[in-house]
Amino acid sequence: MSTLTAGTTPRSYRSYARPAWQRWLLTREAAVIALLVAVFAWSTVNVPNFDGPLTLYYLFLDMAPILLIALPMTLVIVTGEIDLSVASVVGLSSVLVGVFHADLGLSIPLGGLLAIVIGAIAGAVNGFLVAYVGLPSLAVTIGTLALYRGIAVGLLGTKAVTDFPEKWTDLAKQRIVEGGSYPVVLIPIAVLVVVFAILLHFTSFGRGIFEVGLNDEAARFTGVDVERTKFWLFVMTGAVSAFAGIYYTLRYGSARGDNANGMELQVIAAVLLGGVSIFGGRGALHGVVAGVLLIGVISSAMRLEDQTVNKINIVIGALLVLSVISTSFLAWASGLRSARRWPWPQRSRPDGAAQRPQS
Amino acid sequence: MSTITPDAIEVRPSALSPGRRALGTVLRSRELAVALVLVALVALTTTKSSSFLLGSDGWRSLLVNPSILIVLAVGQTVVIVTRNVDLSVGSTLGLTAYLTGRLFLDTGLPAPVVVLVAVAAGAGLGLVNGILVAFGKVPALVITLGTLYIYRGIFLSWAGSDRVNAGDIPSDFLRLGTAQVLTVPVLTIVALVVLGLVGYHLQTARSGRELYAIGSDPDAAVLYGLPVARRVLFAFMVSGALAGLAGVFYVARYGTVSSNAGLSIELQAVGAAVIGGVAIFGGSGTVWGASIGAALLVTINSALPVLGISDFWQRAVVGALILAAVVLDRVLSARQARRLAVARDVGPGHLVIEPNAGAGDKEAAR
Repeated sequence: MSTLTAGTTPRSYRSYARPAWQRWLLTREAAVIALLVAVFAWSTVNVPNFDGPLTLYYLFLDMAPILLIALPMTLVIVTGEIDLSVASVVGLSSVLVGVFHADLGLSIPLGGLLAIVIGAIAGAVNGFLVAYVGLPSLAVTIGTLALYRGIAVGLLGTKAVTDFPEKWTDLAKQRIVEGGSYPVVLIPIAVLVVVFAILLHFTSFGRGIFEVGLNDEAARFTGVDVERTKFWLFVMTGAVSAFAGIYYTLRYGSARGDNANGMELQVIAAVLLGGVSIFGGRGALHGVVAGVLLIGVISSAMRLEDQTVNKINIVIGALLVLSVISTSFLAWASGLRSARRWPWPQRSRPDGAAQRPQS
Repeated sequence: MSTITPDAIEVRPSALSPGRRALGTVLRSRELAVALVLVALVALTTTKSSSFLLGSDGWRSLLVNPSILIVLAVGQTVVIVTRNVDLSVGSTLGLTAYLTGRLFLDTGLPAPVVVLVAVAAGAGLGLVNGILVAFGKVPALVITLGTLYIYRGIFLSWAGSDRVNAGDIPSDFLRLGTAQVLTVPVLTIVALVVLGLVGYHLQTARSGRELYAIGSDPDAAVLYGLPVARRVLFAFMVSGALAGLAGVFYVARYGTVSSNAGLSIELQAVGAAVIGGVAIFGGSGTVWGASIGAALLVTINSALPVLGISDFWQRAVVGALILAAVVLDRVLSARQARRLAVARDVGPGHLVIEPNAGAGDKEAAR
């Protein structure tokens, strides 16, 4: 009988029961943005020198590589895959720029272009193994993490290339407006943010990315080319990581094999903090940008308060754990609430059949 | 030998006699393949420079160097088998190594007590991971990435600018790092005992087999009534305790604990497990394979310079090895699936489909 009652009860679509702006405010991304604004406001008032022009400038300079790589990484994680090799691609492209400049005498733009092409190839190797051979991306990219880093270190050894033309190293640190706090690197970042936001949220390719992350079998049946989607995302990640490597080299004026060691985990932490689900199928680019900036603001505020980088790491780690725990805690709590509010003791399953009592 | 055709052992192992079956399993095992690569590597290097294996120093470092990574890889395997991953082991190693040094420095406790405290501290850190993963129902990758930062942050803020030096450690404890029994270093013996205990448990004990069941299909494990949360908690505690033991090893081996102790060793531990045939999505693989993988990873590092390859390239070789291992797994499993499909299509006369075979198999057989 319960089947009948459940079947005739008018369904309520609870997630659409509120107006759009309320629904937007209840998202993970809105929470991250609110936290970012709150921390920023609090720091501006309470942390000495936080409102100085240098704070934001160095914040952007320091976070630029992570922000750059986080963009394609978001898309990769939304498909349910992961790329751990990004920091090694940064190191590889840094070394390549140095080698092209010092040993082959290529100009920086040409060397940089070649480095980006090689970065894209490095990403294509990941993409081919993951998408077409069907290997788990975690294992593949742990392998290429060691492989690309090994090539980078093998090419230069313990040497470092430091004699880059000042024109280019200055460009990496230049401000858009003289005396302002926005470095020039924000321009390519802004362009890439727009490109990736459109790609992920406003194209059919982007809808395919979400679908692959939710259920790749179903995505295949609705006409998404799952393999091609994953392949190109890894290629993009490789290319953008290589670009970040060029920036990294010019900003610090040194090409070394161990540049950006361990950055892959920082990037992934920032992406996950921005509300992207590690299982795929869920996430938005504005949340990720807010997540990266949140880490940057917390780091610079704590640094101005004379805290060591170690304490900053504790806070960021705790934030990451709390952000994922809170999701499942909220789900659990709302489960309790809705169970109490709904009049019938056993909720019906979506297919209309009564749920068996849980033992 | 003709009866052990590749088909027979893959398609219908129960048709073979137990002895042949065991022989076939061993011959086809991943452990044997990786061990052969390791033996070949050592043999090749020894022909280049005989002291690599036969010199007393070479022999000792060949055995003692992998001990830390073996212990970590064993713990990592226990976690990976349940379809989780523990990225925090490197930070746990650093924290417990520093704790070991501090205990010697500040309290003067006897060495066995210090070792126990360090292992217990590691287990405690693993317990935190386990509680968050098992009861928070959140992915282990994210949680242990978070605790990687937290534990290392705690370690570094606690240590500040000072570090533990070899002079601070009692010399009879440091001698553990170099002591040998019948030319086998003590640390290696301890690592092998740990390997044996954990391996025996995983292979025979009920709770050990349940870890494999959970990793193969977590939902099915819940439906079957397995205590999934408790077992996952246990797996993370084992991993943490072994990382604590690895921290003790680190102090005994190197004497000094600086800020980069155990830095990014977690990915090496995962890599060792992958090379040893542990499936990254859980449910299969043994600690035997993982430990041989760990030994191979470490031995490559010391063998490459002898072979005339600059040791700057060692990470590239390690990466290529991990990729080769993953690709090999894929090729082998695809081949087995094809053989099973062929055997199924040949008909029930060739391969009797048992009444309790899975519904999916029956459906596919029609």
